[in-house]
Amino acid sequence: MMIYRGKEGQWSWIFHRVTGLGVLLFLLIHIIDTMLVGWGPDLYNKVIEIYRHPVFAVGEVGLFAAVLYHALNGIRIILVDFWPDGARHHKTLFYGEMVLFVVIMVPVAFLMLSHIHF
Amino acid sequence: MTEPSDIRAGRPIPTGSSFELFAWFFMRVSGVLLLLLALGHLAVMHLINSIHTIDYDFVAERWSGDWGMFWRSYDWLLLSLALLHGSNGLRTILDDFIRPGGWRTFWMSVLYSATFIFLAVGSIIVFTFSPL
Repeated sequence: MMIYRGKEGQWSWIFHRVTGLGVLLFLLIHIIDTMLVGWGPDLYNKVIEIYRHPVFAVGEVGLFAAVLYHALNGIRIILVDFWPDGARHHKTLFYGEMVLFVVIMVPVAFLMLSHIHF
Repeated sequence: MTEPSDIRAGRPIPTGSSFELFAWFFMRVSGVLLLLLALGHLAVMHLINSIHTIDYDFVAERWSGDWGMFWRSYDWLLLSLALLHGSNGLRTILDDFIRPGGWRTFWMSVLYSATFIFLAVGSIIVFTFSPL
């Protein structure tokens, strides 16, 4: 098993796996709920109604955050793999990634949470 | 001691197995495509629209309107790349945490079967759906 030497590399690796697993789990649930359109409007609308609960609105922000982190960190991995100087700058890339993550997440979370209808 | 310049953030490039090399490359190519497809999907469905505007009629219009074939193709590409990217990611996790032997074979079989079933079900719905 690959374990990195703590710090940024270790954390980015753990987050990459955790967010990947979380998104995969949601993908499987999402395939099942979308499958229900085949059974007509009554069933589909009843099931989609569940997602309108405020708990899922918070979960939606978590989903976006997981996909965004996984995407940005994936770009960092590709840069380290293919850019000859990438590995030397892996910490800078990680902190750049964190800044970009926060900059995108703030307006997205604001917009998503403003959709909540109590 | 490993020098900082030797640290790689991704998996080391696999050598000695053409399948592993292909899988390694697939994760990077599908990853870039998924960045566009998944974040595009999130932007359209969760930021421009929201769970309060999405219902059966929304899906029916989206998959049957003038842009119906475009969205069906988009959704199918996202579905298949995400599922294959995700199940290959889970495969590397199982490889890490389960020792070679019977149980690894068992869980790998579960993984491959589930991937096949979800891909089949998803593809059938995306391409055979017709509104009532």
